[in-house]
Amino acid sequence: MSLKIKQDHSRFRDIVRGRIKSNLKKFIQKGEMVGKKGKDFITIPVPTIDIPHFRYGEKQQGGVGQGDGEPGDPLGPGQPGDGAGKAGEGEGQHVLEVDVSLDELAEILGEELRLPRIQPKGKDRIVATRLKYTGVAPQGPESLRHFKRTYKQALKRQIASGAYNYRKPIIVPTREDRRYRTWKQVPVPETNAVVIYMMDVSGSMGDEQKEIVRIESFWIDTWLRKHYKGLETRYIIHDAVAREVDRDTFFHTRESGGTMISSAYKLCKEIIEAEYAPSSWNIYPFHFSDGDNWSADDTRLCVDLLKHGILPGVNLFCYGQVESPYGSGQFIKDLRESVGTGENVALSEIADKEAIYGSIQQFLGKGK
Amino acid sequence: MTDKHTSLPPHLHDIRKQIEGHARAFGLDFYDTVFEVLGFDEINMVAAYGGFPNRYPHWRFGMEYDRLSKGYEYGLSKIYEMVINNEPSYAYLLESNMDVDQKLVMAHVFGHVDFFKNNFMFRHTNRKMMDQMANHATRVRRYQDKLGVELVEDFIDRSLSLENLIDYQAPYVKRRSDRKPDPDEPPERAVARGFKSDREYMREYINPPEFLAEQQRRLDAEAERQKRLPERPERDVLLFLLEHAPLERWEHDVLSIIRDESYYFAPQGQTKIMNEGWATYWHSKIMTTKVLDASEIIDYADHHSGTLATSPGQLNPYKLGVELWRDIEDRWNKGRFGKEYDECDSYAARRQWDRRLMLGREKIFEVRKHYNDVTFIDEFLSVEFCLDQKLFTFGYNEKHQRWEIMEREFRKVKDKLLHMLTNFGQPIIAVEDGNFENRGELLLVHKHDGVDLKLDYARETLKNVQSMWRRPVNLVSKVDGRGTLFRFDGKDHSDKRVEL
Repeated sequence: MSLKIKQDHSRFRDIVRGRIKSNLKKFIQKGEMVGKKGKDFITIPVPTIDIPHFRYGEKQQGGVGQGDGEPGDPLGPGQPGDGAGKAGEGEGQHVLEVDVSLDELAEILGEELRLPRIQPKGKDRIVATRLKYTGVAPQGPESLRHFKRTYKQALKRQIASGAYNYRKPIIVPTREDRRYRTWKQVPVPETNAVVIYMMDVSGSMGDEQKEIVRIESFWIDTWLRKHYKGLETRYIIHDAVAREVDRDTFFHTRESGGTMISSAYKLCKEIIEAEYAPSSWNIYPFHFSDGDNWSADDTRLCVDLLKHGILPGVNLFCYGQVESPYGSGQFIKDLRESVGTGENVALSEIADKEAIYGSIQQFLGKGK
Repeated sequence: MTDKHTSLPPHLHDIRKQIEGHARAFGLDFYDTVFEVLGFDEINMVAAYGGFPNRYPHWRFGMEYDRLSKGYEYGLSKIYEMVINNEPSYAYLLESNMDVDQKLVMAHVFGHVDFFKNNFMFRHTNRKMMDQMANHATRVRRYQDKLGVELVEDFIDRSLSLENLIDYQAPYVKRRSDRKPDPDEPPERAVARGFKSDREYMREYINPPEFLAEQQRRLDAEAERQKRLPERPERDVLLFLLEHAPLERWEHDVLSIIRDESYYFAPQGQTKIMNEGWATYWHSKIMTTKVLDASEIIDYADHHSGTLATSPGQLNPYKLGVELWRDIEDRWNKGRFGKEYDECDSYAARRQWDRRLMLGREKIFEVRKHYNDVTFIDEFLSVEFCLDQKLFTFGYNEKHQRWEIMEREFRKVKDKLLHMLTNFGQPIIAVEDGNFENRGELLLVHKHDGVDLKLDYARETLKNVQSMWRRPVNLVSKVDGRGTLFRFDGKDHSDKRVEL
């Protein structure tokens, strides 16, 4: 039986891919794509294409289950799927997971948002060398002896000299038979990049705001990873003081207290100076906050740090202001006045999840 | 007659003979069954096609295939058995299964085929569906060749959206009268005559004037109704569309294909619990009493228990079904039925009750013939069973934003269960008027039974109905307890409140 279903299958995949393209916005909002990451592939749970029917609203309907527990107990992780009544011919809602490589995903993103390719800076200047084993030579260190070639050489010599006995095929290499691997130094242009994420974790940043940052950072990572060989990410959280944390802490910390943005910028500047020489790194600081800063003095300090410490060395500095009910939103205005015209500065206001799409465009649309 | 199934490798052929012998000895009565051994890729394909190797081209089969093969690749799920209701029946075995699995599957399959052959719900189904499906496939392919893949596929999508709008009871009752009035001749006004009476002086008493007036009113109402289209609310919405919507010829054909297949598959959904339970009952009986040897018992137990596993948010039809069958057998063996038993309210006495009637086996064979899931649950789900099986209802708690166990009370559980099964778990929707507001619009009415429709889906579906009816379509339902009329006129959706 030949698999004639392949035709239906590829048709379905086409539709799904088409769906990914036209509904990309929706996926970004859901943020479901973040989370499960394999080695090279990301698993995106894509709802199967559900043909609409007249049917009951699920939450009102409920169902019947079986097992232990008191009334009022939660059902636990296994959420209700189709009950017995619905089990007919392939009905009910299933979650389909489609594998898309990160590269593909970035491709789709770029296409959808019409993002320009990034021109890595200093491509020519930043050069590293790598060893490459290219040939075989009669001299070299014993550790690099090429056993097979040595054997072949000895075999050839013995046959040629008539010393080879096929009844007793013992091959003894002499000094001249030995072969060694040789190497060449190959210059490899390195295009390394580092993304430094900074986030305000003061009391005014709620879960929703952080979710926005999380989703946005995922897409930024994906896009930059496509353009740079090695992408490092660093995370800084701050309220009145700043500290560097790992990714997990970054997204799950909630502090209370005031906000001094300058503390984060100071730390960012220190990290760049200590580890990422602008001559050999593409540097992308991203800062997210709700736009509330402690004082005008501190804002002045921030501008000063940006102008003289950070901006001169980085590819692009992005500031995303997430709307929150508590923030005054003043900071972006201050930045706009002072550094807004800088060509490696991108400022964006993100009102809600819907706005992530536009904001990514503002950040990455500069092609830097 | 088994000799023509030479496609089975010899050792499976022997197993088959053995299992079939045991099944017949137990009294199972099944169609001749053809077993085919398939690799996982093929079995996924056939499963995606709903068991038939030949279906019309459509992406949703590809979707199902995608899901099944992913599930298999990641080791999440595996198809053990698949059997189709046909004569001869076809069943598929997965090549890589162990022999003990193949035995289990065969025993299970004979249970299903016995059920297909004997249960009344399947009586109307086409037993040559294998050929019919291939026929459908050819017709759809022909339309696609002639008219283009997109166009036909798009129409299939819209038809599938309405596939559940059939009358699930129609095959078992007579809804319409056979008498077809001549449409050209306006019917005469019927006059109420009252009861026949020979004695003049009695007439006033037998047919008092109020009675005659009442009869006349009824006759007029009946005549009025006959002018309507449809005369009575029509639950087979697809049939109504086929008969009255301005469809092109090929559209008509495709829609009727979808409807045919819907009616063919419906009984399987309406007897899911019984059917799976029945097959499980028999594979367990055959395997444990006749077939298994010591070396196989662990694997068998492992796979059997996997089939019967329950999880809180899901009702496993295999488990519920097999337990209920066993309960029935036990009750009829012990005589736990009838007036005396029902009226006994001593818990202890009921638990001890045993009349040694040994009618169980006979009873379950009878039940498998005359019941479907609704009547099965309604009649045999008892308080004791509900307690023993730890059944509960669950619902969504808006306050806690999670699904929670709601009730363990017998009545509530049973009602919920029956509600889930009634009308195949689908909302009841009927065509009320094909000339709504005297503007040729279609009026559908949802018979609200306490659960609202999923509104976004309902609007999309309405759109699809409109695409076939061509004129505006309306749906009356209730939302949060208020009567609402949804309307789609071909361009825009609108809702308005209506009194019900």
